Amino acid sequence: MKLLPFIGKRAFHAIFVLLGLSIVIFVIARVMPGDPARVAVGAHAPDWVVQDIREQMHLDEPLVVQYFYWLRDALHGDFGVSLVTRRDVAQDIIEFFPASLELALFALLISAGLGITLGTLSAWHKDKFVDNLVRVLSYMGVVTPSFVFAILFLLLFGYLLHWFPTLGRLSEDVARPPTVTGFMTVDSLLAGDMVAFWDALKHLVLPALALAMGSMAQEARITRASMSENLNKDYIAASRAFGIPERYVMGRFLLKPSLIPTISIIGLDFAANFSNAFLVELIFVWPGLSRYGMNAILRKDLNAISAVILVLGVVFIIVNIIVDITVAKLDPRIGLRSARSE
Amino acid sequence: MTRQPLLEIENLRVGFKVYGGELHVLDGVDFVVNKGEKVGLVGETGCGKTTTMKAILRILPQPPGFIESGVIRFHGRDLMQVKDREMRHIRGQGISMIFQDPTAALNPVFTIGQQLEPVIKYASPENRRLPRKVIRQKAIQALRDVSLADPERLLKAYPVQLSGGMRQRVCIGMALATNPELLIADEPGTSLDVTIQDQVLRLLHQLVEERDSSVILITHTLGIVRQMTDRLYVMYAGNMVETAPTRRIFTNPLHPYTQGLMDAVPKLTGGGVAHGIPGRIPDYLHPPTGCRFHPRCPHAMDICRQKKPSFYTVEEAHQVACFLYDTSSGADSAPARKEALA
Repeated sequence: MKLLPFIGKRAFHAIFVLLGLSIVIFVIARVMPGDPARVAVGAHAPDWVVQDIREQMHLDEPLVVQYFYWLRDALHGDFGVSLVTRRDVAQDIIEFFPASLELALFALLISAGLGITLGTLSAWHKDKFVDNLVRVLSYMGVVTPSFVFAILFLLLFGYLLHWFPTLGRLSEDVARPPTVTGFMTVDSLLAGDMVAFWDALKHLVLPALALAMGSMAQEARITRASMSENLNKDYIAASRAFGIPERYVMGRFLLKPSLIPTISIIGLDFAANFSNAFLVELIFVWPGLSRYGMNAILRKDLNAISAVILVLGVVFIIVNIIVDITVAKLDPRIGLRSARSE
Repeated sequence: MTRQPLLEIENLRVGFKVYGGELHVLDGVDFVVNKGEKVGLVGETGCGKTTTMKAILRILPQPPGFIESGVIRFHGRDLMQVKDREMRHIRGQGISMIFQDPTAALNPVFTIGQQLEPVIKYASPENRRLPRKVIRQKAIQALRDVSLADPERLLKAYPVQLSGGMRQRVCIGMALATNPELLIADEPGTSLDVTIQDQVLRLLHQLVEERDSSVILITHTLGIVRQMTDRLYVMYAGNMVETAPTRRIFTNPLHPYTQGLMDAVPKLTGGGVAHGIPGRIPDYLHPPTGCRFHPRCPHAMDICRQKKPSFYTVEEAHQVACFLYDTSSGADSAPARKEALA
C-alpha cells in the first residue's frame, strides 16, 4: 500500500507535536524556581561569574528569544551539561537510552507472546477452567504495580532460589563487550562472546518479567475480549459452514481480526513501560533512562530533565507510527480510510 | 417424480441460555426437503428461521444456544451424532449457506481470494492435493459463475472495496463453489436495494436450476417465494405451522397465521392498505401454552390453550398445524372449521 506517503504524513505531524512538547519543556524549565546560571556555576561562584554565564546562556534576552537559542542547541544535540554526572546530557542519553530500550523490548516480547497466547486460550475455552484461571490471574496482573512484582521476583528468584542475577546488566567478573548498539545482548553476540551473552540475558530476565506482568495481563484481557466477540461473528459461522477446518478458522480467520485491538494496546504498553520503568530500574540497579530521568528530577537537573522528556516524546511518536502502520497493514478498512483522507 | 427426502428434521427444539432463564425458541420443528426440491421458508423476524438453519449446519453458537431434543437427518444420517471431522465434509459439499448480510459474512481483514481459495481447497480430500494455481483457477471460475467482472483483480480486493451487490455475489459464489447438494439461502438480498436484489435473486435462481441443487430459501418477500420455490413452509414462533406446494398456499392458505400473512401483502389490484395481524411474536422466555399462535388467533378455541397441534394432512402434500383441521376431535371444532374455511 502507500506506505511512504503515510509515514511522511505522520512524520510531518510529529514535527508539530515535538515543537509543542519542546515549548512545554522549555517553559517548565524556566518557570521552575532557581536561577539556571547560578545553578550552573554553583553557589559559591562570585556574582560577576554568574553574570557572565547569564549572558553566555542568553538569559538576559526575552523568553521567546531564549527559546529559539535553546531549540537551536537542542536540534544540534546539545542539551547542556548534566549537574549530576557533570557530562554532556547528550552523552548520558546515548549511554542510558539503549539499556532502557533493551529492557522495554524484552518486556514487550514476553508480554506480547504470553499475553496473546493466554488470551487466545481463554477465548477458546470460554467459561471453562482455563478461562477462569487466566481471568483471575490477569485481574491480579492488571491491579498489581510492577515494582511489587520486581521486589517479589528479586526475593524469590534472586535471593531465595539464586536462579537469576539481580543487579545491573552484567556480572562483575564478565568482560564487557565493546559497545556497538548499546544492547548488551546484541553487542555480546556481535563480539561472539557467548559467556557475556548468556550473562546479559540472565540479567534481563527478572526486570523484564516484572515490567511485562502488567501489560501481559492487559493484553491477555484485550485478546480474550476481542476474540470471544469475533467468535460469534457471521464470517466465522460462514467459514465453518463452507467446511473449512476448525484449526484454519481459528488460527487465521479469527486470530487476525482479533489481534488488531491487542496491537494498539501493545504499542501503548511498550511506550509506557519505557517511561514507567524507573522503580523496576531502581530495584534491579539497571542503568536505564528512566532511572536517570528520576534522579534528574530529584536533583532538579533541568538540562537532563528536558532531554529525557524530549527523548520519551520521540519514543512515543515513533511507537505510535509503528502501531498505526501495523494496524493499517492488518486492517484494510483503516488503511484505506487514511489513504482517502490524503 | 420420486420424492426422496434429502434433509429431514423431526421435533427440533433449540433454546438459548440468557440472563434470567432459558429462551425456548424452536418448539419442535418438523421440516423436510426432498432431493432437487426448492423449498421456501417464510415467517416473521425472530421466528427461528436462521436458528433452524444454523442448527442444521451445527454452527449455532453454543453457548448460549443449546439443542434440547430432535433429529436432523441428511441422506438418512443423524447430523447430531456425526463426528466433527465428518461434519466438516458435509459442510461445503453437502450443505452450504448464503448468509443474510454479505457485509457481516465476509471477513473484513482478508481478501476475497484469501477467503474463497480455502473454501475450494478444503471442499474435498482431492481438492486438498490440488496445486495453488489450479485452486486459483477454480476460484476465478466461481466468481465468473456469479457474473462478476474482472475476477482476477477481485481476488486481491478486500470486502470493503466492493459494493453491496458485489459482496452478495461473492457470498453466493463462495457457497456454490463447493457444488453443494443443498443450498441454504438466508434472505439473500435483504440488505440490498430492490433492483440489485432482483438481479441477485434471478442469478441465484438460474444457478440453482443449472446445478439442480436442493434449496431452502428464507425470505420475507412472498413474491420471490412464488417465483423460485416448489413448496413453502410457514413458520411462526419456533413452529412450522403450514406446508404446501407454493401455488396452493397462495390460493388457499389454511392456517389462520398464513391467512393473516397473505392478507398483509399489499396488492396492486383491489386497493386498500394491507391488514396485518394484530399483536406480536411471543416472548420466548414465557411462551404461550398450547398453540403459540393462540393469543393472536381470531379462531382460538379452548384446546388451543392446552395442547400443541401437530401437522394434519388436509389434502395431498398440504399439511397444517391447527386444531381447526383436526377431523378426529369431533363436533366441537367442526363449526369453527367451516367458518374459517368460508
